[in-house]
Amino acid sequence: MPRNKKSISNWNNFPKIEAEEYSVNYQADAIKIIQNTDHSIIGRGNGRCYGDASLAKQVISTLKHNCILFFDTQNGIIECEAGILFKNLVDFLVPKGWFLPVTPGTKYITLGGAVASDVHGKNHHKEGSFSKHVLSFSIMIESGEILEVSSETYSDLFSATMGGMGLTGLILSVRFRLKKIESAYITQQQVQAKNLDHVIDLFTEYKNSTYTMAWIDCLAKGKNQGRSIMYAGEHSQIAELPKKKHDQPLSIPSKRKISVPVNLPSFALNRFSVSVFNQFYYTTHPSKRNQIIDYDSFFYPLDSLLEWNKMYGKKGFIQYQFVIPLADNAAGLKKILDKISQKGWGSFLAVLKLFGPQDSIISFPMEGLTLALDFPIKKGLFDFLDELDKIVEAHGGRIYLSKDARMQKETFEATYPNYNRFIQTIEKFNPNKKFNSHLSKRIVY
Amino acid sequence: MNILILGATSDMAKALVSELANDKHHFFLAGRNINRLEPFSKDLLIRFDAQSTLIDFDAQDCESHEEFYKQLTLKPEWVISFIGYLGDQSIGQTVWEESKKIIEINYTGVASILNIVSQDMESRGSGSIVCVSSVAGDRGRGSNYLYGSTKAGLTAYLSGLRNRLCKKGVHVMTVKPGFVDTQMTADLDLPKPITASPEQVAKAIIKGLKKQKNTVYILPIWRLIMFVIRNIPEFIFKKLKL
Repeated sequence: MPRNKKSISNWNNFPKIEAEEYSVNYQADAIKIIQNTDHSIIGRGNGRCYGDASLAKQVISTLKHNCILFFDTQNGIIECEAGILFKNLVDFLVPKGWFLPVTPGTKYITLGGAVASDVHGKNHHKEGSFSKHVLSFSIMIESGEILEVSSETYSDLFSATMGGMGLTGLILSVRFRLKKIESAYITQQQVQAKNLDHVIDLFTEYKNSTYTMAWIDCLAKGKNQGRSIMYAGEHSQIAELPKKKHDQPLSIPSKRKISVPVNLPSFALNRFSVSVFNQFYYTTHPSKRNQIIDYDSFFYPLDSLLEWNKMYGKKGFIQYQFVIPLADNAAGLKKILDKISQKGWGSFLAVLKLFGPQDSIISFPMEGLTLALDFPIKKGLFDFLDELDKIVEAHGGRIYLSKDARMQKETFEATYPNYNRFIQTIEKFNPNKKFNSHLSKRIVY
Repeated sequence: MNILILGATSDMAKALVSELANDKHHFFLAGRNINRLEPFSKDLLIRFDAQSTLIDFDAQDCESHEEFYKQLTLKPEWVISFIGYLGDQSIGQTVWEESKKIIEINYTGVASILNIVSQDMESRGSGSIVCVSSVAGDRGRGSNYLYGSTKAGLTAYLSGLRNRLCKKGVHVMTVKPGFVDTQMTADLDLPKPITASPEQVAKAIIKGLKKQKNTVYILPIWRLIMFVIRNIPEFIFKKLKL
């Protein structure tokens, strides 16, 4: 069986582990791998989560398992093998007038990963997370049996797999619903917000916009705390585009990509450089109405900077993402911003988003505000994040498992109230709990 | 154009077909357990609007080759063989079954089907035969001479075939990939700088076909490596651990 010993880590370069990587070329390969292994094993896509999910002594790479199996061009339904990248999907779909129903901020994730993380995008408040658009999927459980799963056939397995971090089995293929688009462009509103209350008001004001998100300056203090640039977007209709684009509304010019050549030394990102960057970014992004920008720049701005994770140096970083209910007027969020600005460790690229309501077993999203920001790994960071966790927990929020490499088991159990149902479902289909990762051993079981 | 791919379930074969798929050829994809390629075949149709037909083909079953070629409804202009079995040298040294399998797949089977293909192309006076051999055939080494000797035989077969058919308008190309990162080599620890990707192999084959090349190395460094290996005097070579 194809096998490769190597050192692997996810996008945040922490932790790094030695693993045996098997590659699934065909379904038959997957059966052999799973039946023959005595160890714990976990499926792995493109390694774009930030943490220790998809890391185990033995991993099964799905990257070569990447065919499109079915495409209903009338109703916008597609089925693909789990290893296909969102990049390949949008490259294929956009020229045909279709788009992903939900996409995160990078297109270098696999479809299987999107389900296992139940990814969300800028449209969660309107259109939910990825799972809402999944019609069915096929999954291999530890016996080697392949189950065709929908909310009708195996409703418990269906919901436990959405955001289930690969612990319910190896996802082989996924059938999901697409979104019809007229053009490859987005009509964008860009609005400056003076502080946190202002940006929360803007999210309310723009709650009917399909896509919203804000870039937030986590180092700003006092009356400037939470100053942000809010973006709202809609898929542009042909009539909105400049005349010269009317002939080919579904194509966009190809862009040059630049790459971070080497790991930056850890002192490169400090309070001063980040404050300067944040000040610069804020002042150079005044409010602008009805800008037309291509979908690539709107959804995937960081993808044009290849290997941007190297900015945080060899030791890697933690992308801390939590959600906190809106209920108490964002008091929890304010406390956390206070802590971060006091500490001065916040990074640029902090992102604030609004979630709509969602029922879930193990999925991350719940109604409220979600903030994601990067911290380079340094001494004292994990203690600091434990403090932040306590505030998140006290305010009824939770941490995103796809971005977690350090949360305490108690915090997980307290903030994911359905985790017992999740474990029961795993035990029903995988009594030996063969599917296991660093993440699951740390906090799940 | 009609293109027959032998050993179509290999990574190199799939990379080649994906590379050619935009040009709307008809692909006959042949190999063992060919139904494994059903998803790939669907993908070709959905993504590239390219037709493909899956046909079972067993290189070791030479008796069936005549019938196999006869059933191709459209005769191929290009025939590209990726048939290959690395086998296990250490087992093959003592277990004849393993040696036999290495010989039958890499040499006997390929020679058998290419005999049939070349007859057809000769009578039509056109066509290209591309066959993946190996640098391992350039000189026998202690660690894989069973495999190497079959590839040496295959390389000689191809050079003879080329010699015979070049007067008849048929192009014969030998491909010597060196290390390639595929399922076949996944258990080996290959040195990255001299290991090609299946996509690089595919691109080199297409370029070679367009330029009607005789022998193609994928990474230029392999020409040099093999030049050195071929020219080490035997009294030294036999003592090396290779």
